[in-house]
Amino acid sequence: MARVAFAKAFRRHVDCPDATVAGATVGDVFEAYFDEYPIVRGYVLDDAGAVRRHVAVFVNDDLVADRTALTDPVGDDDRVHVFQALSGG
Amino acid sequence: MPSTTALIGTRKGLFTLTVDGDGFDLSPPAFAGVKVTNAVRDPRDGALYASLDHGHFGVHLHRSDDGGATWVEIAAPEYPAKPAGVSEINPMSQREVEWSTQLAWIIEPGHPDEPGVLWCGTIPGGVFRSDDRGDSWSLVDALWQMPARLKWFGGGYDDAGVHSISIDPRGPGRLVVGVSCGGAWRTDDGGASWTVAARGMRADFVPAELAGDPDTQDPHRIVRCAAAPDRLWTQHHCGIFRSVDNGDSWTEIAEAGPSTFGFAVAVHPDDPDTAWFVPGVSDEVRMPVDGKLVVTRTRDGGQTFDVLSNGLPDVAYDLIYRHAFDIDATGDQLLMGSTTGNLWWTGNQGDEWHEVSNTLPPIASVRFV
Repeated sequence: MARVAFAKAFRRHVDCPDATVAGATVGDVFEAYFDEYPIVRGYVLDDAGAVRRHVAVFVNDDLVADRTALTDPVGDDDRVHVFQALSGG
Repeated sequence: MPSTTALIGTRKGLFTLTVDGDGFDLSPPAFAGVKVTNAVRDPRDGALYASLDHGHFGVHLHRSDDGGATWVEIAAPEYPAKPAGVSEINPMSQREVEWSTQLAWIIEPGHPDEPGVLWCGTIPGGVFRSDDRGDSWSLVDALWQMPARLKWFGGGYDDAGVHSISIDPRGPGRLVVGVSCGGAWRTDDGGASWTVAARGMRADFVPAELAGDPDTQDPHRIVRCAAAPDRLWTQHHCGIFRSVDNGDSWTEIAEAGPSTFGFAVAVHPDDPDTAWFVPGVSDEVRMPVDGKLVVTRTRDGGQTFDVLSNGLPDVAYDLIYRHAFDIDATGDQLLMGSTTGNLWWTGNQGDEWHEVSNTLPPIASVRFV
């Protein structure tokens, strides 16, 4: 089970509590999380299901490489962090 | 005077304005810190709808059933996956048009005889329909699949966008939509089929031989006279045009006070010959002519214009966006909000303007409820 946590920038706009969900990839983990909190999906993923351009997703300390198909592996005790990507000032 | 309410969508939230005999009252903002693209009250059931642009976090819609005291998030229009192998290149930017909602630019309640139906115009150019007060949306496929759409390009944004959805009071499912830059289109069958409604408009941002192409016109805003539904006005990127045949043809108004450039237009709900505009220096500059903010008004279908400035500042650089100008159901009150955060109200058709606030965030939309 992976632990999913959202940065404060998200919590201001939408109810997105930390949660522990099952899944072997970032896509699986998100799917499980959005099953529980469906309204959060649109804040993280775009219409095509890819990570929004200004959203950063980490598995533990590593930025995910596959932002489109979300195939980066997630281990049992991993943490999936969702941040606002910094761009500009 | 009776109390009037309006929704003011700004860069930093949604304000509610109340106008009564005591003056003006502005509420604290709902959605503080978030850009509110548009907000509207559904006259059929009193629900309020707000379109939010979170930028980094996408487009989100909210509904209130208690006059704005509380809001719930509803579905946002979402495009289907682009079919494999399909490539659509924006002809102006030469970049791929993504099937993804960039902006929910306008929400319009449907005809009174179809409660619960809402229409939403978006960038990149699709119209969505909801049959359940925004709990779900479906793309109006016939418009999205038109071959002419591949000629569209952005006006102010990278991709084309639907900013005007004009409901025809004569029956459900009859709309004229305005697209920047994709002309105007009419459906009389709920969106199943569309005909171009931009003939007679003229573009000077393309080579001369393409100037009359109805598929790529840039009507900034299209409005309809409720009492004479065949009568439409548009403030176009290249001038002012009017239609007397529900958009089948348009006639240019060559002169209108200091300029015929602008974004905003309002038409009197009972008198199709009376309309208002906010002129600016041409598209390269986008501010009042000679730094003097005025409103122009015609009462004779565009033959002559009054230039109205009583109560407006002598020196100003305000730009009035296309959705930041509205008229109430009586035709006497108008509101005008600017990118500088100024808001003005008139109760006598623009003869005198009153400053409501000059400290609001940049204003995207104003709408009487």
